[in-house]
Amino acid sequence: MSQPVDALLKIDNLSKHFGGFTALDQVSVNVGRGERFGLIGPNGSGKTTLINCISGALQNDQGSILFDGAEVSRMPAYKRTRLGIARSFQIPRPFGSMSVLENLIVPLEYVAHSGSLHLADTRGEAMEILKGMGLADKAETLASSLSQVELRKMELARAMAARPRLLISDEAMAGLSSNEVSEVLEILFKLNASGITIIMIEHIMQAVMKFSQRLLCLDAGRIICEGSPEAVVGNPDVQRAYLGA
Amino acid sequence: MKFLLGALVLVGFAAAAPLFVHLEYFYFAGFVVLQFIVLATAWNILGGFAGYVNFGTGAFFAVGAYSAVALYKAVQLPLGLQILAGAAAAGLLGFLVGLLTLRLRGIFFSIATIAITIILETVVMNWHYVGGAKGLPILRPTEMPLYFTNYTQWLFLVMTIIAVLAVAMARYIQVGWIGRGLRAIRDNEGAAECSGVPTLKLKLAAASISGALMGAAGAPFAQYLSFIEPSSAFSLNYAVNALAMPIIGGTAHWIGPVLGAILLGTVQQVVTVTISSEMNVLVVGVMLVVFVVGAPEGILGLWKRYVLKKGTP
Repeated sequence: MSQPVDALLKIDNLSKHFGGFTALDQVSVNVGRGERFGLIGPNGSGKTTLINCISGALQNDQGSILFDGAEVSRMPAYKRTRLGIARSFQIPRPFGSMSVLENLIVPLEYVAHSGSLHLADTRGEAMEILKGMGLADKAETLASSLSQVELRKMELARAMAARPRLLISDEAMAGLSSNEVSEVLEILFKLNASGITIIMIEHIMQAVMKFSQRLLCLDAGRIICEGSPEAVVGNPDVQRAYLGA
Repeated sequence: MKFLLGALVLVGFAAAAPLFVHLEYFYFAGFVVLQFIVLATAWNILGGFAGYVNFGTGAFFAVGAYSAVALYKAVQLPLGLQILAGAAAAGLLGFLVGLLTLRLRGIFFSIATIAITIILETVVMNWHYVGGAKGLPILRPTEMPLYFTNYTQWLFLVMTIIAVLAVAMARYIQVGWIGRGLRAIRDNEGAAECSGVPTLKLKLAAASISGALMGAAGAPFAQYLSFIEPSSAFSLNYAVNALAMPIIGGTAHWIGPVLGAILLGTVQQVVTVTISSEMNVLVVGVMLVVFVVGAPEGILGLWKRYVLKKGTP
């Protein structure tokens, strides 16, 4: 499958080791502007390590990460967020002592309006984003008392408040009911329609098949297959990785 | 505006006090309570807002005190400059402690701050210029500043000003974007960084400001006692009190450490005079346990629950 011509994210030869364990082994992939990109693979295959390297939670040992033409692999995470890379976490990480609204005000203050804070109506903007996510009635609720699906939505809302160009959703649907999965999926489609490139890590195959335009499958830190969702799922190596046959 | 007015009234009271309060002990005890307001407020900037529990208050306090003593002995530096120098030295120590947060979190950070206290105390014990282990008597300046006739009354006013500045700074940090960033760090450092918060810079700033304020509180210490020696300047009591007072008052708001320091500081003074000076350490321990068990959010939490009726579910 051909790589996209106009790539927003270019990953070249990326490797990451933890002691003697190779978590990522020479991974190269491009993600196009405005693309919906799915990342799958069995547990421990390196999906979360890959996005930790992209978002800056970890530093890669070798290789390069170009975001919109700029090398970001040595930048601290907060600078990457300011460039336009936002993420949600596999296990939600709310700012538990703050209200939902305040959770969104943090990135609004530190990313969107850093430098011209006195002019900004951060509360109003945060409220707008919450409305779009269907969380407006929870604005004043303490983040630590949200339900699972509300937490997932809040994480996406907080990522959106950083005004990203690339949104990485790390298993945003894990543990949700099928109705809730469709709800979150709908939100992600809507965000993509507004021009945001999305990388989705997901174990719920129905969701990832429906959402992705292109899929990448990792196993033991290597790319085993990349292409259209149908082609990847039909690939014998992918089936072997998942089923062990 | 209300805050500014309150601050002016307080400083005005401390400046005018010698005209109508003639009891010497009032200034002696008041100085200690004010000193604890500064220490508790400073501790809370790093410990309460950002969640990094510092057990090294004694080290910052003593660095402030000994910087002032060394410069006073060397060039007879005036009190105002002694305080600035003490704050600068302790602020630098705070910056270094801030760098520790790169690798150490939670209890490991706290243990490291105890280690720093012990190392610095050993260094000072062997520094003969400032008296080493046997201490150094300090002769106060013979000329009184302004209209004051008693140096302790002057120190009382100076400590009031330091306390007002410390609380104003904590308040400024808490209500704005810096405070929100620090709270994000306390709640989840990884998520804070991914929300664009420059966590290292904020932690360094918080640790430096917290350290500088503790140093400012320590700088007049030798003038106050006319004497300085390492084991009282580095005393673990400062660390315990600076931690207990915000916890008893409430760590979420700038007023919490102030309430805790006034309550605990006053009770300690009363107990020292009426019962014994050993007893006041017990008071800290008992009150800390009672509050941690009965009111984890301190006096502020009780206020919220029973007066504002906004109970935590």
